[in-house]
Parts: sequence; C-alpha cells; structure tokens
Amino acid sequence: MNTMSTVERILRGGAILSVCIFFMFPIVWIFGMSFQTNETILRVPPSFLSEPTLVNYKGLISGQLETSAGGLKVDFMGNLFNSLFLSTTSVIVALILGVPAAYAFARLKFRGSEDIAFTLLSFRFAPPLLVLLPLTIYFQQIGLANTYVGLIWVYQLICLPLILWIVRGYFEDISADVEYAYRIAGHNFWATFRSIALPLAGPGIAAAGLLAFIFAWNNFVFALVLASADKQPVTVGALAFITASGIQYGQVAAGIVLSITPTFVLALYAQRYLVEGLSLGAVKG
Amino acid sequence: MQLRGNAMSLQLKNIKKNFKGITVIDGVTLSVESGETLVLFGPSGAGKTVLLRLIAGVIEPDMGEIWINGQIMAGVEPEERGIGMAFQNFALFPHMDAAQNIAAPLTARRQSRTDVASTVEKIAKLLKIEHVLHHKPKELSNGQKQRTSLARALSAEPSVLLLDDPLRNVDAKLRFEMRLELPRLLKDQNATVIYVTQDYKEAMAMGRRIAVMGNHGIQQVGTPADIYLRPANLEIARLFGDPVINLVNVRPESSPSGITVHISGMPITLNGFEVAIGRDCILGLRPESLQFVPENTTDAFAVDIETESPLNEKIVTLAITLSGEEIMVSRPANISGAASGRAWLSIMPSNALLFDKVTGNLLKPNLMDVSA
Repeated sequence: MNTMSTVERILRGGAILSVCIFFMFPIVWIFGMSFQTNETILRVPPSFLSEPTLVNYKGLISGQLETSAGGLKVDFMGNLFNSLFLSTTSVIVALILGVPAAYAFARLKFRGSEDIAFTLLSFRFAPPLLVLLPLTIYFQQIGLANTYVGLIWVYQLICLPLILWIVRGYFEDISADVEYAYRIAGHNFWATFRSIALPLAGPGIAAAGLLAFIFAWNNFVFALVLASADKQPVTVGALAFITASGIQYGQVAAGIVLSITPTFVLALYAQRYLVEGLSLGAVKG
Repeated sequence: MQLRGNAMSLQLKNIKKNFKGITVIDGVTLSVESGETLVLFGPSGAGKTVLLRLIAGVIEPDMGEIWINGQIMAGVEPEERGIGMAFQNFALFPHMDAAQNIAAPLTARRQSRTDVASTVEKIAKLLKIEHVLHHKPKELSNGQKQRTSLARALSAEPSVLLLDDPLRNVDAKLRFEMRLELPRLLKDQNATVIYVTQDYKEAMAMGRRIAVMGNHGIQQVGTPADIYLRPANLEIARLFGDPVINLVNVRPESSPSGITVHISGMPITLNGFEVAIGRDCILGLRPESLQFVPENTTDAFAVDIETESPLNEKIVTLAITLSGEEIMVSRPANISGAASGRAWLSIMPSNALLFDKVTGNLLKPNLMDVSA
C-alpha cells in the first residue's frame, strides 16, 4: 500500500468520494428534508437545512399531523409496529421452517428433493400479483384476510425460499467429514445438527435472516391488498401522506428516516458478524 | 479390555456398495483380529475410504454384513458403534479449540467435567500437543492438526480404530517421525486398528498384515514380505517397491536345460514354470535382485547403460535391453557396477516373478524346483 504514488492516492480518493456521493446523496437529502416543513422544502431556490424543525417527527410520533390545510390523523407508529412485528415474526417462522429444510436438501438426497427445492425457489419468480387475487378470495373465505397470521403466512413466500437457498449453500459447504467425525465420536443426529451444522452455518443463517427481514420489511403489494389500516406496515402506511392538499414531503422524509432505521441498524450490526463468519471457514481441505 | 481368546474383533462379509450405479466396493470379505493392526493399502480410488465409512456406519452397505466384537452392525448408528476414526483431512471441528475437539468423544459418553479434562490432558501429553490445547484448528500447524485428530480418535479408548491415511497431509519429516511413533502408540491402545495408506513404505512399516485393495475389492492379504516377494498380480507388484519392479515381456519355452525365457535375445533358465510354456508372460524382476556380472556368464543378459543416479545408500542404474525394454538396477553404494556402455545382468531365478500377460496374475512355480 505504501508504494502508491500521490497522484494515484488522490485519484482513488476522488473515485471513492464520487461513489459515496452518488449513493449517499438521496439518503442525506431525505434526512435533511425530514427536518424541514413543506413550505421550506418547496421554496425555490432550495435552502437546505435553513430552518431545522422537529415538527415532522413530532407529528409522526403523536399521530397528529399539522399541515397547511389543517390537521391530519395518521397512525405511523402503529404502521412501524406492524412492520416490525410482521417482519420479525415472518423471519422467525421462516428460520424455524427453512433451516431444517435447508439441511435436509443439503445432506439427505431423497427422491424429488431437487424438484421440491426448485419449486420453492420458483415462488420468487412469480409476480406477486399473480397469486394475490385468488389468495384474497381464499383468505376472505377462511377468515385470514386482514389478520397477522394471514400476512405472516403470505410473507413466507418472500422469506422461506430466500432462507432455504442461502442456508442450503452454507450447509453444503460444511465438509461432511466434520459431521461424520462428530457422529462417530458418539453424538446422535440431532446433537450433530445442533453442535456442528448450526454453528458452522451460523453466518449464513444470519445473512439469510437479515436479507429476508429486509425483503419482508420492504414488501408493499401483499400488505396493500391483504391488510386494512390497523395491520398495515410502513410501506403501505406512507400512502397516507399523499393528501388532498398535496404530498407532505417533510413527513414522508421523516417517515422514511424512521422506517429505514431498524434495517440500517441491523445491517450495521450484522455486517461485523458476517465478516467474522467469513474467516471461520479456514479448514484444511 | 481383554476379549475372549481368538475373537475376531472386526469382520466384513461380502460387502458391496454402489454409488449412482457405479460399483465402489464389490464383495469385500476381511477379518481383523482383536488388537491387530491391519493396513489397508491401495491406490486412490480403490475404495479404501468408502470401506472405512461403511465400517464407521456413516454409509450403509448395499449387501453384506459388518460384525464388530461379535455384533452385527446392520442398522446400528455410527454413534453406537464405539469406533474411533481419524480422517485424512483431519475433519476437526473448526469452531472448537483443540481441547474441545479431543473431548468430543468423552462428552458424548457423559463423563464428568474433571474426568474429561484429565483424559484430554493425558492424551495431549502423549501426542505432545498440550501447549496448543486452547488453539482453534485454524491456528494449528498441519502436524498439530494431525495429532489433534489422532488424539480425538484415541481419547475414548475405542475398541476399533480407523485411521484414514492420517499422515497424508503432513510434511515428510513429521511423517517419518510418526511412522516410528504410531505403531508403539497403537500397541499401547490395545485396539483393533485399520490403517489406510497409499504409501507402500508406510504400509510395510505399520502393519504385520497388509490387505491390498484394487479394482473395488481385496486383491491380496498377507505379511509385508509376502506381498513384496509374492505379489498376487502385476498391479500389486507395481505398487510395492521403489524403484518400481522391472517388467519384461517373455514367452517361456521348453529347452534342453529346462524352461527358458529370452531377454535381449539371450536364454535365461527359469525352472519350475511348466505351466507357462508357450504362453505370453511378463517377467517381474525387482531392481535389487539384479546383479552386474562379467560377460558370458550363463543366465545373464546384455543391456546398454543409460544413466546412473547415486541415492546415498544405493545406486540406481537405468539400462535398456537389446530389444528396447527399460530395466532399473539398484545396488548398495559400496558394490561396484557398470557406469556406462554395454553390461551384463544376472537374475536370481528364485526372486523372479512370472505373471500371465492376459490375466496379470502371478504364476506359481512348481514347488519342487523353488529350492533349486
């Protein structure tokens, strides 16, 4: 690294800076917008962060938005809770179902295993709207429409294939000999799964869980069709800011900041864990 | 752990195994006595590792029976077989330190924590790894990994020990050390051992009995001397010995002096092989059984010397027969021989091996003439 010339270092720094600006600008801009009222946002020329205010956040948290056209009731905190609850529960259910299934697909070669695994993956190919209409009718008939259980069930279409296929790859990367060695040492199948396969695939399970969480969090269309106001996550709840008197940019921005915070924190935390996990694979082959 | 009298500790009866329609093990029958170390030798792909896995129970045979200590193993899970196994790739648990690795068979047997700790310490001392017990596998050198994997296999004092080429992935110096150290260690364990290797020197050093695998089956079982001096077929003859055995195409004929073969156009008497008369055969000559002799010695043949390489304790000469076949000659460094040009070699008929060219099997001489 010391051999780099000054010119090279400046060019490299410039390149990194431009990439950062390209990707970070919208987030920084939204962050700035969330501290401004609609009037200051729409002013020409823009005056970025001239009069910072917490009114947007106050409104979101209290549920009472003050706009130029009068008061507006929103249940943003309820939406946030719904997002958190739906995504977390969906990922937990998908992990409970998906991790043992992934292990079975990785280790036990049974008749039709590839076909079943591929069918599960193909759920990710189909456009969600394709299944939504019949699903809505069925859900209304069996009373699952507008329930958390129904939504979590449908969210498995998003989470389960993702977890299954990522974790399966991690299980396949574990040398079968390592598991055999534990069995021969005198431990049964379940003890081997718990003490060898699960910890060694841990980083993969964490990565898959994180990805599934983000996908579930960002889902819009399932919740839009299948949930009414009290079960809606933030992605659908944000529609409330498009009002008769115009789009409430300040509140939208504040809503976005609040809604990306959980995934952002999770990603920052898991990133450290993932890097640690990558260096674990140093087994003599 | 004294077993009754002559109890066969491990028996394989007509084991067969296919993978996706390909035969990997085809009818293996083998017995290992209690406390014996049997070396399973064979080239890679012969099915040695598969056979060990069948014994360990991580895969099931398609046919045949496996008996361990008088009990049939069909349907017995690997954890119930009481076996210790060391893997060629070590197969250490990467997320556990060396001590936890070694302790794995002990914790499975629900030993108390203090018992486990003292056993781990004892076995680590025996294998000289007590200073790295708290290192993770990735922090261990290959030699330490290998010792840890051996320690893990030995720690619960299993009655059957399967060692799958444990010295394959360690450097030459350590391999040499372990070759001397292991037999003593295994003897102290008093376990029935199957030791897999594809290094013929290791095979000869480790076991009183060697089973040679090839072609998905056991081809020969015998003492190291048996296998070296009387290999059952050409393949085995080629696998044992360095430099490799010389193989010369011959067709034995009946002549006034008995049975003769021609090398470099010169007749060599090879009595006792009446069965081979008129058949295409391959004559196997160990490099160290050939001797340089003066011209016109009876039963000697002419060669042209190509090169000579001194290897400290011995000298290996590459020569070409007049009919163009390569011959290697090995002799102790203190014995003189020809270094270049034309030379004559004599063979000791009792050390000559005659193989059927079609089947590759060893032809046995008429017993009456062997002593001659």
